[in-house]
Amino acid sequence: MPSGIYECISKISDKIIENKDFLTELDREIGDSDHGINMARGFQAVMEKLSPDESDIGAVLKKVGMTLLSKVGGASGPLYGTAYMEAGKVMAGKTEVNSDDMKLIFESAIAGIQKRGKAVKGEKTMLDALIPASEKYSQKISEGENLISALESACESAREGVEFTKTIIATKGRASYLGERSIGHQDPGATSATLTLEAILNYMKAK
Amino acid sequence: MKKLINKVDNIVDEMLNGMVDAYPQYVKRLEGFEVLVRAKGASEKVALVSGGGSGHEPSHGGYVGRGMLDGAVAGEVFTSPTPDQVFEAIKAVNGGKGVLLVIKNYTGDVMNFEMAADMAEDEGIKVEKVIVADDVAVENSTWTTGRRGIAGTVFVHKIAGAAAEAGLNLEEVKRVAEKVIANVRSMGMAVNACTVPAAGKVSFELQDDEIEIGIGIHGEPGTHREKISDVNNIADKLLEKIFAEGIYKSGDEVAVMVNGMGGTPLMELFVANKHVKEVLDGKGIKIAKTLVGNYMTSLDMEGFSITLLKLDDELKKFLNAPADTPAFVQF
Repeated sequence: MPSGIYECISKISDKIIENKDFLTELDREIGDSDHGINMARGFQAVMEKLSPDESDIGAVLKKVGMTLLSKVGGASGPLYGTAYMEAGKVMAGKTEVNSDDMKLIFESAIAGIQKRGKAVKGEKTMLDALIPASEKYSQKISEGENLISALESACESAREGVEFTKTIIATKGRASYLGERSIGHQDPGATSATLTLEAILNYMKAK
Repeated sequence: MKKLINKVDNIVDEMLNGMVDAYPQYVKRLEGFEVLVRAKGASEKVALVSGGGSGHEPSHGGYVGRGMLDGAVAGEVFTSPTPDQVFEAIKAVNGGKGVLLVIKNYTGDVMNFEMAADMAEDEGIKVEKVIVADDVAVENSTWTTGRRGIAGTVFVHKIAGAAAEAGLNLEEVKRVAEKVIANVRSMGMAVNACTVPAAGKVSFELQDDEIEIGIGIHGEPGTHREKISDVNNIADKLLEKIFAEGIYKSGDEVAVMVNGMGGTPLMELFVANKHVKEVLDGKGIKIAKTLVGNYMTSLDMEGFSITLLKLDDELKKFLNAPADTPAFVQF
């Protein structure tokens, strides 16, 4: 019985590749014009490595992480690579995701990103989308909502997080060199993180 | 976009092969990796590995050779190389005396090189690292990523490379590299931005009469824009920020680098250098060595950076030691 993890990763990959130019353009404004290009190259490699009959979610996530780590480069490579590998650890051996697993995926991925990037919320990074999304998800689950509707709210929080990045000064990554001039621009990493969550939600809804 | 390229995805691969074709006496490529190492292979001394995104040529592959680097890792254009690539370089150059990583201070570079160092240490290879952060355009603060590593990195390659060649051990080579880092400062500007081939557009747009002060070497915009003025005035502004560091004083001896960003005529760099010397003379600072040219570029960016390195006897000795690499030869 396939777990659907291949289809889910494939949806994420499609979403990132579709938005390659958009992400690169965002990065051109405050960074170094390569976020979409690098992420698209990484997910192309990921899809070449995965096969549709793999069902161990942990093993697949680990493979995704390792591939991103060796193909993306820049800061996004180690950050997304670590996020997927950490999520892979908590999902090792599992073939389905329940609402508690999803909470663990969020939390382990965020912990990995924070450890690797030494960043906190409010520094204009992917964490400004992921942390509010994760918090909202946990809150909705504890209020008794199901996985899909909690994830829907989480995506909403992630999008708000992206909007919030427009209002703050970057203090991590290359955008930090711009100082106040980084205000008004949304963070490319927060954007790609939100696209990822939206792709997961779309997959879950279509399943 | 007009570029002399074939397939945009193959630029780094084709460039590395072209460098090996041009300089087989100096460098060879680690098969299957974006890594150049010395043609003669590992030797029994501390080895130096540097690298970073491509687009800064001749950095870093051009400095692989006797008296400078042992290995250089090339990422995609302006993108840090991945940990597996750096790890291969470390393994290939390790001659048993340990490996010093010379990292430019960027979030991605630091993370990827540190992960590679962890992998190497797991295999029992002694690895130390230094992080170059010479760009005074960026405010130094514990709250930010901190200063970027730019052209001053070439002085680290030269001086730490000579120290390693002289037989110093890993801790000593690291100490010398850190002394360079403590005494080197740079600042750059652009007349026109660069175009990343895969992006196809200039990284920032400047009006005909505008310049960007405080740029980095990845097409990231600088600290501010202003109207263009004559080069003496522009050089004064860059030097003013460098002098504000309080490192360079009357009676000191320095090395100077006037570095082209890739698209700047040498003619203009020499004009700039003339004024740099006038200013240093005026301040009573002695110039021990001057480098003018394209050492740490930013693709086709037009502009330049000024780097000052305060010297003591030890740094001066290693700066003047012989080096024989594709991009830096000194007898």
